[in-house]
Amino acid sequence: MNRSRRTPPLFVSLRLGLSYLLLVSLSLVFLTPILWMISSSLHSLEGVFAVPFRWIPEKLHWENYRDAMTLIPFGRYLLNTTVIAFAVIVGTVFSSTLVAYGFSRFRFWGRDKLFALCIATMMLPGQVTMIPLYVFFARLGWVDTFLPLIVPAFFGSPFYIFLLRQFFLSIPYEYDEAALLDGASRFRIYWQIILPLARPAIATVVVFSFMGAWNDFFNPLIYINSFEKATLTLGLNSLKAQIIGSGQTQWHILMAASVLVLIPNLIVFFLAQRHFIKGINVGGLRG
Amino acid sequence: MASVELINVTKIYDNQVVAVKEANLEIKDREFAVLVGPSGCGKSTLLRMIAGLEEISKGEILIDGKVVNDVPPKNRDIAMVFQNYALYPHMTVFENMAFGLKLRRIPKEEIRKRVNDAAEILHIKDYLDRKPKMLSGGQRQRVAVGRAIVRNPKVFLFDEPLSNLDAKLRVQMRIEINRLYNRLNTTMIYVTHDQVEAMTMGTKIVVLKDGVIQQVDSPLNLYNAPVNRFVAGFIGSPAMNFFSGRLERNGGLFFVSELFRIELPESIARKFSSENRDIVLGVRPENIAEVGAPAGDNFSAGQTILVDVVEPIGNEIFLYFRDSSQSYCMRMPPDHVYKPGQNISVVLNLSKLYFFDSETGLCIA
Ligand SMILES: Nc1ncnc2c1ncn2[C@@H]1O[C@H](COP(=O)(O)OP(=O)(O)O)[C@@H](O)[C@H]1O
Ligand SMILES: [Mg+2]
Repeated sequence: MNRSRRTPPLFVSLRLGLSYLLLVSLSLVFLTPILWMISSSLHSLEGVFAVPFRWIPEKLHWENYRDAMTLIPFGRYLLNTTVIAFAVIVGTVFSSTLVAYGFSRFRFWGRDKLFALCIATMMLPGQVTMIPLYVFFARLGWVDTFLPLIVPAFFGSPFYIFLLRQFFLSIPYEYDEAALLDGASRFRIYWQIILPLARPAIATVVVFSFMGAWNDFFNPLIYINSFEKATLTLGLNSLKAQIIGSGQTQWHILMAASVLVLIPNLIVFFLAQRHFIKGINVGGLRG
Repeated sequence: MASVELINVTKIYDNQVVAVKEANLEIKDREFAVLVGPSGCGKSTLLRMIAGLEEISKGEILIDGKVVNDVPPKNRDIAMVFQNYALYPHMTVFENMAFGLKLRRIPKEEIRKRVNDAAEILHIKDYLDRKPKMLSGGQRQRVAVGRAIVRNPKVFLFDEPLSNLDAKLRVQMRIEINRLYNRLNTTMIYVTHDQVEAMTMGTKIVVLKDGVIQQVDSPLNLYNAPVNRFVAGFIGSPAMNFFSGRLERNGGLFFVSELFRIELPESIARKFSSENRDIVLGVRPENIAEVGAPAGDNFSAGQTILVDVVEPIGNEIFLYFRDSSQSYCMRMPPDHVYKPGQNISVVLNLSKLYFFDSETGLCIA
């Protein structure tokens, strides 16, 4: 504030204008594919490939959305995906917060080495563990069930553990001590003090794990075989492969389906945004 | 309602810092004990060991005659007010105060009653629905105290609870905590670095320095009979003056320093086993007076000093004078005008002299 007061006003507005210009043009670059998707979803198939592309179709083909939902069992896939995503969120939040709580609040032999090891597993590419994991789940008889997609979430995820541990460390230990004297158990402190205070961090984890599960294509592709257990991402894929009449992929319908799949992402993001922008709040201590 | 006893309690932190060394202390049932000492002397550590928040390296702590070394905090029936309050930010004032009661499965009606009663005493009834961040420092302080008293614990612990308040509020809360003590009539242990707070609140004061208990006594005894130079200098404001000098025999026994040459009466001289030795004389600012002001044979011969700084307070005047190494203070009645650079003749009250060994700092006479 002091700095901008000392610099000449013209310079300030110039700098502000420039940064807006940069931000707007960058976000246009990122938004273009999405806008194209939305626009295409309302075109006819010919309209999608018309040159020049008309951003606003002459006639809005809302029936694309109806077709998208009827050509594949959209409702079934939506339900499957929702169940999986919800379970993954619950699992991830519960396990990662609990592990992070342990790393941030307890002192035990080898803790820091264990934490380093936990972080180090982030370096492992998924492809390395893919086959062993598949064999493992196959032995358990879990192939073609939701379990391989859900259960791993209940064992914590190193990045979220790291993120949450850092956040927990910023919560003053006095709260724990006050609660200990109030008669709380360690688990109760986790549940009633740490978790409510870590809302911003948890919101972040919820959003990321939701998006991870919702948009996951690879794992359902590996583990799910049955038609009726497929997820939305698998559904999109099958839609792409469907050849109707012209022997060509129905891009306009595919885009309509994609828009439908994208919407929950946006909803979750905007719901959670409020929390993670608010940031840390330590009103119980002085100052 | 409980006594607290420490037997040879030592705390060594992981980084080898010895925060408390061989502390022995007995706090009786319903006593108001104050731990006082400069910052970093181990007060908080001692308090936290009593609370069970810090492990005890050596020794034993007894509450109500039972060793509690391995008793977890929640089973010690102790409540603590933290320096920065540690109110749960996501709970309202009511929830903050009720939290410990709910955990103890006290019936809802009883909880409401106790919280309301405490809120009444502490004048926070209007804020019960607010979150801590919507309260001022003084109000948060009250909530922190309230959270402690609703539990009716056996022992109250306070860790510098007033140090974040401004001076005026501090005095007000000091009086309120005193009133609270009279009302609750429970064992209280109060930590502060402020000796005035200590003197005005405690019935038993424990002076700590570098993790070692220096003296445990009533406020007046600490003031009148400090066991060593540290206690003498720490208790009292402005602080006691220390003059480094020698005891010399020249007919009578004399204390000789850069500024003074004072003949000591036989009653004092008797107490020294050896003469011709270095010694430190301690005199409180109020025991130095201008020649002629007081009368009586209990005063030394006049000594000339040069006034350095004059501080009129209103009800009294602080005069500062110095020798080649340090500055000293004396309290004067307010009805006289002094000027820096002026020479005046002063006398010392011979019945209020303290002598400290120049090496060990122990009070000799
Ligand atoms: N958790 C800790 N680990 C290591 N040293 C500590 C810890 N807490 C306090 N100390 C050290 O112990 C000494 C006493 O600290 P403390 O009890 O907080 O003093 P006070 O409350 O009197 O200011 C200080 O030297 C401090 O640095
Ligand atoms: Mg302290």
